[in-house]
Amino acid sequence: MIIQHPLLGPRDSSEFVYLGDASLIDRPDWQAENAAETFYDYAYLRDNPAGENRELWFHEGGDRSWLVVTRNTVTHEISKVELACDVARMRGRSK
Amino acid sequence: MRYSGFTVIKEALRGHKGWKPAWRDPEPKQKYDIVIIGGGGHGLATAHYLAKVYGFRNVAVIEKGWIGGGNVGRNTTIIRSNYLLDGNEPFYEFSLKLWEGLEQDLNYNAMVSQRGIINLIHSDAQRDAFTRRGNAMILNGADAELLDAEQVRKEYPFLNFDNARFPIKGGLAQRRGGTVRHDAVAWGYARSADSHGVDIIQNCEVTGFHIENGRCVGVETSRGFIGAGKVGCAVAGNSGRLMGMAGMRLPIESHVLQAFVSEGLKPLLPGVITFGAGHFYVSQSDKGGLVFGGDIDGYNSYAQRGNLPVVEDVCEGGMALMPMIGRARLLRMWGGIMDMSMDGSPIIDRTHIDGLYFNGGWCYGGFKATPASGHCFAHLLAKDEPHPTATAYRFDRFRTGRMIDEKGMGNQPNLH
Amino acid sequence: MTQVNRLNGGQIDRTSTLNFKFDNRNFTAHPGDTLASALLANGVRLIGRSFKYHRPRGILSAGSEEPNALVELRTGNRKEPNTRATTIEMFDGLEAHSQNRWPSLRFDAMAINDRFSNFLTAGFYYKTFMWPAAFWEKLYEPVIRRAAGLGTMSMQEDPDEYDKGFRHCDLLIIGAGPAGLMAALTAGRAGSDVILADEDFVLGGRLNSETYSLNDDIAANWITQTVAELSAMPNVRLMPRTTVIGAFDHGIYGAVERKGDHLSAPSEGKPRQILWRIYSGRALLCAGATERPIAFENNDRPGIMLAGALRSYANRFAATPAQRVAIFTNNDDGHRTAADLHAKGVKIAAVVDIRPEAPLNGDYEVLRGAEVIDTKGRLGLTFAEVKLADGSNRTLDVGALGISGGWNPNVHLTCHQRGRPVWNETLSAFVPGDTLPPGLTVAGAANGIMSTHGALKSGAEAATHALDLKSDAIAIPTAEDAPVTQTPFWYVQGCSRAWLDQQNDVTVKDVKLSHQEGFQSVEHLKRYTTLGMATDQGKTSNMGGLAIMAEIAGKSIPQVGTTIYRPPYTPVPIATFAGRMRGKEFHPTRLTPSHHWAKERGAVFVEVGNWLRAQWFPLPGETHWRQSVDREVRQTRASVGVCDCTTLGKIDVQGTDAADFLNRIYCNGFAKLAVGKTRYGLMLREDGIAMDDGTAGRLAEDHFVVTTTTANAVKVYQHMEFVRQCLFPDMDVQLISTTEAWAQYAVAGPNSRKLLQKIVDPEFDISNDGFPFMACGNITVCGGLRARLFRISFSGELAFEIAVPSRYGDALMRRLMVEGEEFNVVPYGTEALGVMRIEKGHAAGNELNGTTTALNLGMGRMVSKKKDSIGSVLSEREGLNEADALNMVGVKPVNSADKITAGAHLMDASGPVDAANDQGYVTSAAFSPSLNCYIGLGFLKNGSDRHREKMRLVSPLTDLTVEVEIVSSHFVDPEGERLRA
Repeated sequence: MIIQHPLLGPRDSSEFVYLGDASLIDRPDWQAENAAETFYDYAYLRDNPAGENRELWFHEGGDRSWLVVTRNTVTHEISKVELACDVARMRGRSK
Repeated sequence: MRYSGFTVIKEALRGHKGWKPAWRDPEPKQKYDIVIIGGGGHGLATAHYLAKVYGFRNVAVIEKGWIGGGNVGRNTTIIRSNYLLDGNEPFYEFSLKLWEGLEQDLNYNAMVSQRGIINLIHSDAQRDAFTRRGNAMILNGADAELLDAEQVRKEYPFLNFDNARFPIKGGLAQRRGGTVRHDAVAWGYARSADSHGVDIIQNCEVTGFHIENGRCVGVETSRGFIGAGKVGCAVAGNSGRLMGMAGMRLPIESHVLQAFVSEGLKPLLPGVITFGAGHFYVSQSDKGGLVFGGDIDGYNSYAQRGNLPVVEDVCEGGMALMPMIGRARLLRMWGGIMDMSMDGSPIIDRTHIDGLYFNGGWCYGGFKATPASGHCFAHLLAKDEPHPTATAYRFDRFRTGRMIDEKGMGNQPNLH
Repeated sequence: MTQVNRLNGGQIDRTSTLNFKFDNRNFTAHPGDTLASALLANGVRLIGRSFKYHRPRGILSAGSEEPNALVELRTGNRKEPNTRATTIEMFDGLEAHSQNRWPSLRFDAMAINDRFSNFLTAGFYYKTFMWPAAFWEKLYEPVIRRAAGLGTMSMQEDPDEYDKGFRHCDLLIIGAGPAGLMAALTAGRAGSDVILADEDFVLGGRLNSETYSLNDDIAANWITQTVAELSAMPNVRLMPRTTVIGAFDHGIYGAVERKGDHLSAPSEGKPRQILWRIYSGRALLCAGATERPIAFENNDRPGIMLAGALRSYANRFAATPAQRVAIFTNNDDGHRTAADLHAKGVKIAAVVDIRPEAPLNGDYEVLRGAEVIDTKGRLGLTFAEVKLADGSNRTLDVGALGISGGWNPNVHLTCHQRGRPVWNETLSAFVPGDTLPPGLTVAGAANGIMSTHGALKSGAEAATHALDLKSDAIAIPTAEDAPVTQTPFWYVQGCSRAWLDQQNDVTVKDVKLSHQEGFQSVEHLKRYTTLGMATDQGKTSNMGGLAIMAEIAGKSIPQVGTTIYRPPYTPVPIATFAGRMRGKEFHPTRLTPSHHWAKERGAVFVEVGNWLRAQWFPLPGETHWRQSVDREVRQTRASVGVCDCTTLGKIDVQGTDAADFLNRIYCNGFAKLAVGKTRYGLMLREDGIAMDDGTAGRLAEDHFVVTTTTANAVKVYQHMEFVRQCLFPDMDVQLISTTEAWAQYAVAGPNSRKLLQKIVDPEFDISNDGFPFMACGNITVCGGLRARLFRISFSGELAFEIAVPSRYGDALMRRLMVEGEEFNVVPYGTEALGVMRIEKGHAAGNELNGTTTALNLGMGRMVSKKKDSIGSVLSEREGLNEADALNMVGVKPVNSADKITAGAHLMDASGPVDAANDQGYVTSAAFSPSLNCYIGLGFLKNGSDRHREKMRLVSPLTDLTVEVEIVSSHFVDPEGERLRA
């Protein structure tokens, strides 16, 4: 597969390491009342769609950036690639 | 009809006119006591044991394509029970024992061949870990044998002992491990289940669950509604898709695992070998093909096909371990979709919906589990309580922190 | 032997003669021959034996679709089983042997199977061999296995080299026949980057086998001109002898280029084959079509061939299997073969055409509305029995029979991403569907366009379209443009032992049985009968089987389904996929800066991941590794030892939020760590399980150096970047791995300070007051060389770790050895390191095995509940905090002479040895020179409260039972006085 790195252009997927669902960005609040439940959900449950999937890839053999890749799990077509830090900020993550 | 050498001869002499279909092709009834979704190895085995051991005859297996078309026909055919953890080893040993009596149980020759499996050891730490595992196997009633390098060399003199990047320092052998003709497992279970009255309904795709007041009472299918007292799902690879129809999110990701076969060769490999320093395991089929595999591709996929990097990775492992296979040719590669669970171990459990039961999360170890998975799932469906060897395979183990993590990789499915 | 069946003309070079051997008989050939064409020219029809019935087999085709003519090519360690004679390019000295026969090709004892074929029908083995159960492995299976299989391996290492490479292009054209050449011309002239690949060793594809004219000239001239023009274009790369094996994601194609297979051995230093990954903007499949046979009784004899192949051998290779030939066809193409062979002087006994209105030709007899119903000839065709239109029979005395059942488009690559071909009624064949791999289009016969003109035109148009070219269409050469309609005719009624899959011996009868037993879907048919599962992947057999199943089932062919093809297009040597990653080059080898020094000292090395580390340093006279290791431990504990610990992961953490960041990464607190101090840190995964441990030293307010274990260096760095980029993107913190940038050494033992004081520059005070336990700082050594010093101890002794830029690592090690002479300094390896850490009770990889928690490791209290750190929430789950949780303990033999081994399990002192009584296990064990007995670390249920308890350590695997005492894991200096000294 080829991943269109937002900064580096097309790169072979073998330069990358796959982690999993991009929802791993949405780490719950550790102090919330129901933290045990939200962390369980966060760490273990997955949508696992047959179709478009947003997922985290690490450019280990490159610039070491984490990317959010929108990829179809049936066709492997990649429709969007973003820097994970940008996505994280858009989702309200900061410090 | 009963299969035997005698029938084969008799039929040959009368022009093979007497052979009957291995299973019927029935129209679905309006309602069954138990409907099993998924005509793969596990679903068909479940039906067989439900009928034969637990006495349920009003059972249907519904399959969206043709039976045996999923992972039971797309694996590397290895059976073994060389597991480490308490939650796993008794189950897999139970499975191996069922394999040992399978042909007689089914009256079908699935060619269970206990030619032995050796997991190679390449470091002291690996020997320590395999020693612990071998002991756990023996403590659970399985067989295990620790070999040193010379003992391995005697059995497999052509492995790379002299110029290896990661030297072979020994192996953990399980002599009762081996291989089985994979398609025959599906067909044998199907034929047996059918002969006990189970309806096997092919080309019947489930499109939804019928849930009334929190209870599953049947399934919507491409061939109409089929009512059910209980519904059991055994569609590993597609568990996420199917259970999504019941509104469930699972501790499972779907990944693609490739497998490979070489051209036919005269016998060269006595048993099953797994490389401990790379992603490669191999055996030789009765037809002579080297059947081998390695790691999953590593990304979520429902595509039933993989890509070149893993093909190369697997062949690199093969060449590193067995330099003499270089001029053998890879004939075919294929991909299967794996239910990769969050701890690498399966789930056989009730769901939060009454009457809906789940069997999945087999990662890439489902084939060897087929008999026990079917037996234990049948037990659960029949008695509403887990089979004694499958008590750990619960959904809630992730919530309670009782993971069964053989590899110690944590909640990242592609690492298991 | 003379080339009795050599014809005139052809593309062989008669000016040169090549010698070759088949089954130890000498023959001659010419450049341009394949092994198959040369054997035919020499009058050899019998090449091999079939898989199951060991029936005599000849040559069916003239290409890579060949199921029958498989040989063992070459000898010794270059022996290659199952090689298709039809694709072996002739070279001088070629040696080949027939296979799957015993004792000889002509007299094969296993041919007895053919006599019993009635018992050995499809799937018979599923119904028998079940009794008695134990006989399967002992008796039945070994017999079956010996009979099965095809060729034999040499069992020696392949001496050839293989390479891998990457190529990029705007347009990859697969197949250099008329469509492919026109496409290349079109795209090439437009300036696009083009790769044109073809599996054959000459370009031109099917045109080389035909007598057509192009632009009123012979086709060969047009090919020569076109190839010359393409060769001259810098933007076009021609790749003959290159098979595109698979269509992978995102326009990536795998291709195998054969660089040395047409030579007696690859040239010195050159690879035999190269695996290319071709990154294409667009791809165009111009793979042509494969002729399909017709099934009739005994249609598998040597001499019975595809009609198009007969034409290839005659026109291109100037060879014929016999001087008297008949043709059996259902279409006009069969007549072309007859005409071409007739023109070459081969006697055409008759053309048997099933069509009542078959075209007539004055040159030879055409039997209209006739069928071949049987053949004779034990080792090669002698007679063909024909049933004429009037119902009478006629026997044709022929040595070869050409079969044409029409042509199937080569759709294989269109299926590689699970696209399904669709049924075309006009051609009665499957053509590419609309779900092609993205970026791929299909032209020419592969797309069902069967005329030469059509192929040329569609190739040009497809290239124009694929690349969106604006330029005017280039002129299409004039060529035959006959409309092609194929009327299906799959098998002769009433036949039974009529072969569909000639290699696997699947006959019409087997398909019927498969249907009768309910194996009716195409996938069941394939798996039950093994149809199409042979080394040719069913290129000539699948359609026939499918059609017969459809007819029996009363369905249309598309209703029965179609099989899709999987990569690779043709089989590929495993060595080709491995390339150079084999032997010692399987994985890269990482060496530390002082590796050469250690080698000079005679160190024994051990693989640690990709690293090589010194395991111990034997001295003359030491005959057992234990002697060396015990000495290294004793000497270190007595005075001073030095160990290379460069392989530990080192991650530089900088930024104003660095401390906060580490506070999230480690489960214990780091925010308040003072500058100049180091702290032990435990990292958890988010699931609450220990991931890794190490130390972090604070060199400045905004600068930390984190160390990881050797094994987890990569993973931890990845994890830290995840936390930084994905969870806390606004933290001012930067990370970089500096593992390779610093050479690092542990200097341990009571004299370690004294030794270091000799090299640390005097302005740095490293006394116990000036540089106490857990201090760290930037220093200089040896007169100004920058270095980092950490006062940390893995051995439990007074100890330091000193790091210098990598290129000074070797020099520093040598200097330490020289300066340490007065203290009797000893270098120690990973074994002694391991012994000392076990003596001290430090967890390492065996304990941090990915399933253990801080609680298990005896560090439960370290997990701070006052801050947010990765893993802290889920570490509180009940299952990870049970009353009888495993705790790390020390294990000592009650009888000090007894041995403790890792991997043994802990049980109560009495009671049965079984899983129910299993209470824990030993993770690490070693002989402790300090205690003069074996010791171990392990995990035991509720172990913290069970010190001094006597238990049994059992290892049934290694036949060991030892009485042991559970003790604290800190065997040496439990109060930690030494390391603070």
